[in-house]
Amino acid sequence: MKTDNQRAWFLVLPVLVLVAFSAVIPLMTVVNYSVQDTFGNNQFFWAGLEWFKTQLESERMWDALWRQLAFSGIILAIEVPLGVFVALNMPKKGVWASVVLVLMSLPLLIPWNVVGTIWQIFGRSDIGLLGYTLDSLGIDYNYTQGFYAAWVTVIAMDVWHWTSLVALLAYAGLQSIPDAYYQAARIDQASRWAVFRYIELPKMRGVLTIAILLRFMDSFKIYTEPFVLTGGGPGNSTTFLSIDLVKMALGQFDLGPAAAFSLMYFLVIMVISYVFYIVMTNLDKEDGK
Amino acid sequence: MSDQTATAPGAADHLPGDVTARDANAKAKSSSRLNGSTVVLVLYLLFLMLPIYWLLNMSLKTNSEILGGFSLWPQNLTLANYETILTDPTWYMGYVNSLIYVVMNTVISITVALPAAYAFSRYNFMGDKHLFFWLLTNRMAPPAVFALPFFQLYSSVGLFDTHIAVALAHCLFNVPLAVWILEGFMRGVPKEIDETAYIDGYSFGGFFVKIFMPLIASGIGVTAFFCFMFSWVELLLSRTLTSVDAKPIAATMTRTVGAAGVDWGVLAAAGALTIVPGALVIFFVRNYIAKGFALGRV
Repeated sequence: MKTDNQRAWFLVLPVLVLVAFSAVIPLMTVVNYSVQDTFGNNQFFWAGLEWFKTQLESERMWDALWRQLAFSGIILAIEVPLGVFVALNMPKKGVWASVVLVLMSLPLLIPWNVVGTIWQIFGRSDIGLLGYTLDSLGIDYNYTQGFYAAWVTVIAMDVWHWTSLVALLAYAGLQSIPDAYYQAARIDQASRWAVFRYIELPKMRGVLTIAILLRFMDSFKIYTEPFVLTGGGPGNSTTFLSIDLVKMALGQFDLGPAAAFSLMYFLVIMVISYVFYIVMTNLDKEDGK
Repeated sequence: MSDQTATAPGAADHLPGDVTARDANAKAKSSSRLNGSTVVLVLYLLFLMLPIYWLLNMSLKTNSEILGGFSLWPQNLTLANYETILTDPTWYMGYVNSLIYVVMNTVISITVALPAAYAFSRYNFMGDKHLFFWLLTNRMAPPAVFALPFFQLYSSVGLFDTHIAVALAHCLFNVPLAVWILEGFMRGVPKEIDETAYIDGYSFGGFFVKIFMPLIASGIGVTAFFCFMFSWVELLLSRTLTSVDAKPIAATMTRTVGAAGVDWGVLAAAGALTIVPGALVIFFVRNYIAKGFALGRV
């Protein structure tokens, strides 16, 4: 299908230069810091793999990692089924479908710090609708002090923010199912569950994989929303990887450990990106058939 | 229509007398499912809209009303919070700054991504797959990893606190995003069009601008929207790379937290205003939102 053409490199060159400037140079700086130690005054000493060892033994990083995995796991477990469920109930066409699409997309387009602000205002027990309601129901809810309240709020915020993405992707998958499939199912008198299990789910497989990987990646590097909402607290209970990293790098200016942390973090992201890439290219091949 | 198709198979293998019962049954079933769907959707949309409504509600109240008592809608409707923002340069310049670097970033991203996406969609060349994957890793990279090195890089070349610094920094994830989305749109254009144009004597540049770009105009629009959006919603890098002159609205919003507590009304108004750009164009891209978020792959 595609032709071999080495001159295509010239077309890619601008992208290569630009992204190299904003990705490779900074990343090299990080590598540089990760193997050196400093006592200030811009004097650096070779530290070898010392920082990596320190970080791997650091309880703080492991705690942040577990919190991160727990967070990503929980939001996936909620957003994926909920998103599919919502998609199944969306109207197929008409004005109503457009209205639903627009309303559902709205949270996706709100700046991430404003998402934090919205939930801050929504959740406070003195001025927020949610906080006030829960409080008057006699539930002790304060997301700045309670561990569970903080987690529930952060998760609710993410579900609010991103479930629509899963729903929209699943909806796009459903739209691609020809009417004939449903008619055949009706002739066979298939149950609603069978239609879902044997027609809709297989057709949604591709888009759902994309949705799951995207949501995992993006939740894995979440920073702004919980930072605005809880600041990583109470204590460290909502300090996820990115929040911890920024605290370390820009707050305490612990360059070496932060750099080692960054590289390991980046490595995990690379691995997941690779899975994502493989899935994408396989899907493209299936489309090509 | 669904009722008719549901009846047809029923009529085929049942006695005529059976048909009416089945028909009624199918009707009842489909209408009850319709109601169920509506309920689910309304509940979900309610969940989405309530926090946004609350933000608007707060932005239209005075601070004394916000803190004085609880009410579901503003008792004394006021636009004073919006007035504060739109008349105070330290406030509205935040929006201007954000808009400047976001537009810069969108223009840069699209300009460099167009030829690259074309190359990826049409040609095999050495290292193309590695390059494509490498671009993806940059879209996925956590900004937190890059915050400190960016700060040092842009400080050392004298670009700290300029709009172009943020615009370039956001290229880290927006250029790969643009390349992937555009490639997704371009692969839908048959290759024969390229070949015909070359036979007709078009140069590559002429063909690309006069024929190819109009063909993927909607793709370019969608890509621009997503570049705009991802640059607009980002806070960490834009905050790290600016201090005064290019301070984005997202960073300006932290100003509302003062010694006297939080200025909730103004904070809510500022937040409500940041939703406007997305809300304005969302109708036009509604059918492409999934495609854009999935990197052009739905």
